Amino acid sequence: MSVDKSTVARIATLARIKVPEEDIDALADELSKIVGWVEQLDEVDTEGVAPMASTAEGTVLRQRDDVVSDGDRRDDVLSNAPDTDKGYFAVPKVIE
Amino acid sequence: MAALTELTLAEAKEGLAKGEFSSKEITETYIAAIESARDLNAFVSETPERALADAEASDKRRAVGEAGALDGLPIAIKDLFCTKGVKSTASSHMLEEFVPPYESTVTSQMVDAGMVMLGKTNLDEFAMGSSNETSYFGPVVNPWKRKSDDQPLVPGGSSGGSAAAVAARLCLAATGTDTGGSIRQPASFCGIVGMKPTYGRCSRWGIVAFASSLDQAGPMARTVQDAAILLQSMVGFDPKDTTSAELPVPDFQAVLGQDIKGMKIGIPSEYRIEGTDPEILALWDQGIKWLQDAGAEAVEVSLARTKYALPAYYIIAPAEASSNLARYDGMRYGLRVDGETLADVYENTRGEGFGSEVRRRILMGTYVLSVGYYDAYYIKAQKVRKLIADEFSAAFEQVDAILTPTVPSAAFAHGEKSDDLLGMYLNDVMTVPASLAGLPGISVPAGLSSDGLPLGLQLITKAFDEETLFRVASVLEQSAGFTARPDGGA
Repeated sequence: MSVDKSTVARIATLARIKVPEEDIDALADELSKIVGWVEQLDEVDTEGVAPMASTAEGTVLRQRDDVVSDGDRRDDVLSNAPDTDKGYFAVPKVIE
Repeated sequence: MAALTELTLAEAKEGLAKGEFSSKEITETYIAAIESARDLNAFVSETPERALADAEASDKRRAVGEAGALDGLPIAIKDLFCTKGVKSTASSHMLEEFVPPYESTVTSQMVDAGMVMLGKTNLDEFAMGSSNETSYFGPVVNPWKRKSDDQPLVPGGSSGGSAAAVAARLCLAATGTDTGGSIRQPASFCGIVGMKPTYGRCSRWGIVAFASSLDQAGPMARTVQDAAILLQSMVGFDPKDTTSAELPVPDFQAVLGQDIKGMKIGIPSEYRIEGTDPEILALWDQGIKWLQDAGAEAVEVSLARTKYALPAYYIIAPAEASSNLARYDGMRYGLRVDGETLADVYENTRGEGFGSEVRRRILMGTYVLSVGYYDAYYIKAQKVRKLIADEFSAAFEQVDAILTPTVPSAAFAHGEKSDDLLGMYLNDVMTVPASLAGLPGISVPAGLSSDGLPLGLQLITKAFDEETLFRVASVLEQSAGFTARPDGGA
């Protein structure tokens, strides 16, 4: 299946990536190429096969004790923030 | 005594233990080597002050008899590992100024073992690439050159900076990470040993995530023994990573030098992939002969769905990447680019912060996960992944290890494959299957091409059988007797 320009624009919006208009043609072309190539998987009979999400599927998920193991690290947490205010993350205005 | 940068990690460890030189001396030698090889662009950040402080502290520990397993040994860290107080960029504009307030589990274990950190090595942006050309900080130059021309070659990727640094004697060893071949392929291109352990052996905590069901850290070194020594300090159960294996860790060095008489080595004919350099196929045949001469039996095994591993990978890895990289939203850390609305801030930040390969993979991942395509692509790929893993399991009922080439070609020139997307992806065709199955693999330098470039052979074993992997790799290394050296850089 080929990926057209409107699909590129749609998935770029879904991925929240601004794609300049002049890049869209090339991306449609590249993604079409990749998608066309991965479609060779249709040759493989996967009837009744359980999808494998991880090779660690056999391991039992652990639960840790429900206690505080870390904390009091406000300055560390904020140390890489693009903007902070009074010990909080400062973000662009969301609600008008 | 040979120059200190000529020593292997094992020899340097012994020299330090015997007091033949101090950590400060060998560290200063490596700092000077790094400074004189900046044209390779192997490092994103050099940390000479940190290294000297580490070295002095190590010499003090050694003086009172408290030296750890890596004490005083100068090592480089791929810039995908978060290192406390030292910029950790993933070679991306997005994280250009990111200074983690914490240390990854793997590097913190290495710090506890006494390592001297020389700096952070260059990589493909967010580890997405096979040539180190997608780095925001520019490409890395392979210290090897072709006999036939003087063109700069790629070191492979994504752990290209680590591979180049080890090959050019800019560090004793380095860490890498491998999602689809990012340790093994650059190791092959640079003539060094690169090893990816079983998924779950090394904690992923504090390593910038690319595709979480595949990402695994591992050692890159000049010998199999050095890789075993470094790996020993990297592995172990970590409750902070839910996929970390709660299993005992063997002594990886203990098996080195043991013979392989009677072992069965699987040879999958499906790895005779069309387009593979004939010299590499000949080297593979030579490798089979070496292992037979050492007493092993070569057994044909069938991994019939090998050719579908790469397309499955290029659905699964981008899907996981698109999800993992959603965290870069410009709010809490990393780059922020302003805009009119909140959505504009997200889109501008991610539009500017990601390079073209990362953008392409996020878009591909978003596409295969989107409504209407999820089953056709993503679930289908996961089913193929299961079949590939099952084929390996069946093969390992017959054999102890599998031998294949590592990469279908030797290192290529900068820009040579930039316009050939699928050709670039094909670099990982022989390494991706083991990644999908979570199996350990190692690339051992085994010979030179007629044009004078190193070529590696890959060994794969069943999950959590790194001992067999190192045991066979050590025999392969001895048989190959690879002593060639790169001309440039060092």
